[in-house]
Amino acid sequence: MSADYLIKKRSNTLKVLLGLGFLSLAAAFITQYDPVTGLISGLDAMRWVAANFYPNEQSLTRLPSIMNRLRETVLMSIAATTVAAFSATFFALLGAQTTKVNDALRLMSRSTAAFLRNIPAVAWAMILLFTFGQSSLTGFLALFFSTFGFLSRVFMETFDETTASSIEALTATGASYMQIIFQAVLPASLPQMISWMLYMVETNIRDATLLGILTGTGIGFSFALFYKSMNYHAASLVVIVIVVTILVIEYISNHIRRVIL
Amino acid sequence: MSLLTVKGVSKHYNERIVALSDVSFAIEPGEFVVIIGSSGAGKSTLLRCINRIVEVTSGVVTFDGLDVGSLDKRELRKMRTKVGMIFQHYNLVNRLCVLENVLHGRLGYKSTWAGALGIYSEEEKAQALRVLRLVGLEEQVYQRCDQLSGGQKQRVGIARALLQDPKLLLCDEPISSLDPNASKVIMDYLKKINTELGITCLVNLHQVHIALAYAERIIGVKRGRVVYDGLTEHLTAETIHDIYGSEAGDLLLGSGGNHVG
Repeated sequence: MSADYLIKKRSNTLKVLLGLGFLSLAAAFITQYDPVTGLISGLDAMRWVAANFYPNEQSLTRLPSIMNRLRETVLMSIAATTVAAFSATFFALLGAQTTKVNDALRLMSRSTAAFLRNIPAVAWAMILLFTFGQSSLTGFLALFFSTFGFLSRVFMETFDETTASSIEALTATGASYMQIIFQAVLPASLPQMISWMLYMVETNIRDATLLGILTGTGIGFSFALFYKSMNYHAASLVVIVIVVTILVIEYISNHIRRVIL
Repeated sequence: MSLLTVKGVSKHYNERIVALSDVSFAIEPGEFVVIIGSSGAGKSTLLRCINRIVEVTSGVVTFDGLDVGSLDKRELRKMRTKVGMIFQHYNLVNRLCVLENVLHGRLGYKSTWAGALGIYSEEEKAQALRVLRLVGLEEQVYQRCDQLSGGQKQRVGIARALLQDPKLLLCDEPISSLDPNASKVIMDYLKKINTELGITCLVNLHQVHIALAYAERIIGVKRGRVVYDGLTEHLTAETIHDIYGSEAGDLLLGSGGNHVG
């Protein structure tokens, strides 16, 4: 009986692996992808990068303007994240099981958050481009909507996880809704909320770079501009600046997390 | 006049789950009453029906001359300030310090915004320090609650309830998460609060031997019904067997049988 069970389990694993192998072969056939050529062209690309894609002396003169663009991108991500976090707090309070005001508002806030969350920032940017054109407002709103949806969701979970018991205790003392929110829910949840906010600032700086190519703003625009004008040395400088910025931001936010948690 | 009367109270969570059925008893001012019963017998629900954290399905709870079920929001908050509650898991806001948690006991007396922003008068702070001295926590006033031991956390819970200046203290399994030493300390504090401050105590316990050692009067609950209500010395081994089921009764009486008259 148990031997049968093990054999069956093994043959199931085999079937899944064979299925996956067949799928990837079929996909390669349909798209006419040849792994050998793929590998060789990958090497060629590396060779090209080594030959052209590094900052030279002349590209360094572009650094001040690149830094200006970078500042724009970083500040926009921070602005979008903080504004989104502030609004998400209200929605999450209405949407969390432990802090809901009533079921209708809870459903409304949950479905709004789910809707916004499931559309990625890049898709938002494309939609908003029609209305606001190529401006930093488009980028800001795109980041705002996706961040708002995501943060609403995680704040709801934070409230539900961390505060049910103290809410009961404060209710029993005769405290009112507002008092419970400010005296129990927010103090207990704040560190986790800030941690999620920092995570979104990091993510948004990455997304903002990509969005900048679409909306013609920030550091993404610098990259697109240099790349299209075949100034590869300057474009590589932009990439390096982006990588360094993301590492620095991650280092700072990890440090903040250690202090508050 | 009785401080608390519970008359024909039933609580159905849905058609199949009946937490309480037709529970009636009265508590006189200054009494120390212990409710015993196995887990899931309805003890916790019963306590929560008294301060309306759980709404009753039918029946009437009268506290200090007020029909609890008919109170509006504001009146209910006012009534709750007179009923302190302590919990098995202490239900503190762990990230706040001891003093802040104790001051939560005043929220029901304060205006919404003064309470939400945590603005307390000197008088209230002095009172909080007095209560903390009473439960032996004067050394830990500014310590964060997540750094305290279980017994200390429960003493913070007691201090918070006392700061409400309550007439009745509802204690829901106050020692179930504590070791025997801390349990004794907590039960001694409750007894002291009862005899010295004259605060009526209604305590849920599932440890029979502790109930026998501390209670003047015992109410036995089994499957949502009151099966015993009388003086501790009149509680017989048979009744204990009835409340807990016979095998568990033997085990329980092994450590507490000598108290049974």
